[in-house]
Amino acid sequence: MKTKLFLILALALSIVLTGCDSDGGKGSKAGMVGSNAAEKVYVAPGEHDEFYAFLSGGFSGQVSVYGLPSGRLFKVIPVFAQDGEKGYGYNEETKPMLETSHGFVPWDDSHHPELSQTEGIPDGRFLFINGNNTPRIAKIDLRTFETTEIIEIPNSAGNHSSPFTTENSEYLVAGTRFSIPITETDVSVKEYAEKFQGMLTFVSVSPDEVGDMEIDFQILMPGFDYDLAHSGKGPSHGWTFFTTYNTEKASTMKEVNASQNDKDFIAAVNWKKAQEYVKAGKFHTMPSNYLNNEYSDHTHMATSKKMTSTRVLIPSECPGLVYYLPTPKSPHGVDVDPSGEYIVGNGKLSADLTVHSYSKMIKAIEAKAYEKEIDGIPVLKYDQVVAGVVEKPGLGPLHTEFDDKGYAYTTFFISSEVVKWKLGTWEIVDRIPSYYSVGHLMIPGGDSRKPWGKYLVSLNKITKDRYLPTGPELAHSAQLYDISGDKMELLLDFPTIGEPHYAQAIAADIIKDKSLKFYKLDDNKHPHAVKNEKDTRVERKGNEVHVYLTSIRSHFAPDWVEGVKLGDVVYFHLTNLEQDWDVPHGFAVKGANNAELLVMPGQTETLKWIPKAVGVFPMYCTDFCSALHQEMQGYVRVHPANANVKLSWGLNEVEKQEK
Amino acid sequence: MKKKSARIVMIIGSLMLLLVFMFPLWSITLEAPQFPEGINMYIWVNQITGDTESTLQNMNILNHYIGMQKIVPDSIPELQYFPYVIIFMSVLGVLFGLFGNRKTFILWAVLMSVLGILGIYDFYMWEYDYGHNLDPHAPIIVPGMVYQPPLFGSEYLLNFKAISYPALGSLFLGGSILFAGLGFFMSNERKDMKNKKAGFAGFMSKVNKEAKDEKVA
Repeated sequence: MKTKLFLILALALSIVLTGCDSDGGKGSKAGMVGSNAAEKVYVAPGEHDEFYAFLSGGFSGQVSVYGLPSGRLFKVIPVFAQDGEKGYGYNEETKPMLETSHGFVPWDDSHHPELSQTEGIPDGRFLFINGNNTPRIAKIDLRTFETTEIIEIPNSAGNHSSPFTTENSEYLVAGTRFSIPITETDVSVKEYAEKFQGMLTFVSVSPDEVGDMEIDFQILMPGFDYDLAHSGKGPSHGWTFFTTYNTEKASTMKEVNASQNDKDFIAAVNWKKAQEYVKAGKFHTMPSNYLNNEYSDHTHMATSKKMTSTRVLIPSECPGLVYYLPTPKSPHGVDVDPSGEYIVGNGKLSADLTVHSYSKMIKAIEAKAYEKEIDGIPVLKYDQVVAGVVEKPGLGPLHTEFDDKGYAYTTFFISSEVVKWKLGTWEIVDRIPSYYSVGHLMIPGGDSRKPWGKYLVSLNKITKDRYLPTGPELAHSAQLYDISGDKMELLLDFPTIGEPHYAQAIAADIIKDKSLKFYKLDDNKHPHAVKNEKDTRVERKGNEVHVYLTSIRSHFAPDWVEGVKLGDVVYFHLTNLEQDWDVPHGFAVKGANNAELLVMPGQTETLKWIPKAVGVFPMYCTDFCSALHQEMQGYVRVHPANANVKLSWGLNEVEKQEK
Repeated sequence: MKKKSARIVMIIGSLMLLLVFMFPLWSITLEAPQFPEGINMYIWVNQITGDTESTLQNMNILNHYIGMQKIVPDSIPELQYFPYVIIFMSVLGVLFGLFGNRKTFILWAVLMSVLGILGIYDFYMWEYDYGHNLDPHAPIIVPGMVYQPPLFGSEYLLNFKAISYPALGSLFLGGSILFAGLGFFMSNERKDMKNKKAGFAGFMSKVNKEAKDEKVA
């Protein structure tokens, strides 16, 4: 019944909105592109962009790095998915990164990149991103632009409201989008309402240059869907806000059954209070299996740590830990403005946009202005916490970001537009179409205390005719808008990789000078590293053959190996001896069942190879390294299993044999 | 030869020579489009260095394509014994400054100049050897092409522009010779000197006059 009402309302509103839409932008492909748009996005050859933008890869599982305002793609950082291009998840060193309590999981659905912050401002140390499917959080070191840690989130399913940092990256959060029976057992799905629960996890980040992630505590919550989150800032620092839907606790046909309540909730979690409760020992130790995988820049290897328990707080036992703020119609994003006072609940099925007030929330808590309690969690009275309502802004609000001039920008999926409105007066000041059906939006620093309010990127779900067609599957499109003036102005359309959900951006100056050029060979602590050609060798350990080889322009040492027998498992441990900027060497061998190696200067990587036939197999450098790259090749001879041969190897005049 | 100031100038000059241990004598820069930062090599009295620890390795990698020998500082004997020559000359200069007469000042200056010229000649010979003595099996052989970097100035060697100039250390070495000469002039005891201004002021007025003459010319 309500769904029908909503649809009628939607239709009515779209008529109203079309009436207001004087520019007719939706009809024209170019939209409102100004005559000087090209000038504003043109970054001359050899010049650098003003911002780094990090776009999540969605179902690609990766993160892509773009420059703004040019929209140029710089790098795809492999995070949760194997990447043959870089050997990530294929070489022996990075395989442990993708290990989980469910075994090797070489794919995930990465949604929300989040830059580390200091005092509420992006500091350019790390980028974090959630894996939604097999709950995980990854950390990317912004000196190397490589994934250096992945921590699995136990007792969770669909790690969607994550990672959303606190003001000094004390914590990353991980709220479960799918409630599950906790502890995990086989329960009938029909018993959802009684037996399913949600979990909110707080992952601490060490303040040093490692940024080590650890699960500090978890909070056991009613069985709703915890959709998105943002942490407080300034006065609201110490709190994290999570949106919920399916407060109906439906277990099937959720599109209808989870859309019935007029209001769902924003859960406000006082994590400073949680720390006190943990300190006071008010937690339950819950057996939980999860892995914490860490990559070292010194050993150039990842290792997996098996973890066995978490500390769980239960709200009914911890007064003051969690409150629910009633928020209309399945709120999706929850966004805290730069001052930390306003908490925007983007009720995706609501006709209006609801904004809560942090100071009113504190007063309501003090006055105990409760509507009711759910499992010991007080529900605050709606009219005691709401700061204002943006009336009839558009259809299907999903996300809001902020500029540095007191304006908020909200995306509307159904009406496919971005709407600019003023904080405090709640009046709409501008609207602009997106192409098409925008999900997240991103303003550099737009979820921090100090947004760089110059550009806005809309990350769209539907592409259709925006680019040259490429068959049924199309790249997702993004649009860049200039928001420096009163009116938003469309500047650029650019294609993206996978499905970018959220994105983050930061002034390039904060990161670019810290970017590492190569790894120092002297600091290489890889157990199989060889640091000069004299030490290169081939060793047999039973049926394992270890080839310790080096690369330098333009040859491998050794460049021939004989004496490998069918049935052997060969490990090529390749150290790149180069010590110059941008001289990686690749390595591939015929018939390898994994991928190439792509070894950075000073680094060591290992390729496992099991030859399947007798013969001579070429190996070669895959990354065009030098004028004589094409000559950078060699051979491995594979003998029959019963051959009576010794290992031998060499390079040019040097020939060696196993003793 | 009673002037204290002349002796002080002589001693300062001799000690200035030691600054060659703190600054390189010569710099060679290679420029090419794909090396936006340039490759900078510095020749010292006792070592060869680059902008980074790996500059020499990178230079050697590039050079091996055209068959140039590896630059291995440990195998260049001059880098071993030149430091002793410098220390000897510095000590000698200080001793001359303390106890010598003005003739020893000019002797030292001449000796140092000869050593300096010999040093440059030696450096040139090394450059000649590196540039001409090429591996006949090199992957890239351009007939008639030699790769001797210029001693002074810049020159295109295949895709690289090689730029070679004296560095700060040479300036101090030259300065030490000048100071010794200055000490010699300052201790001028000739009574019939037309220019009554003695010492440093006299020398400067002479220098200035010469400079003016040059300008006019």
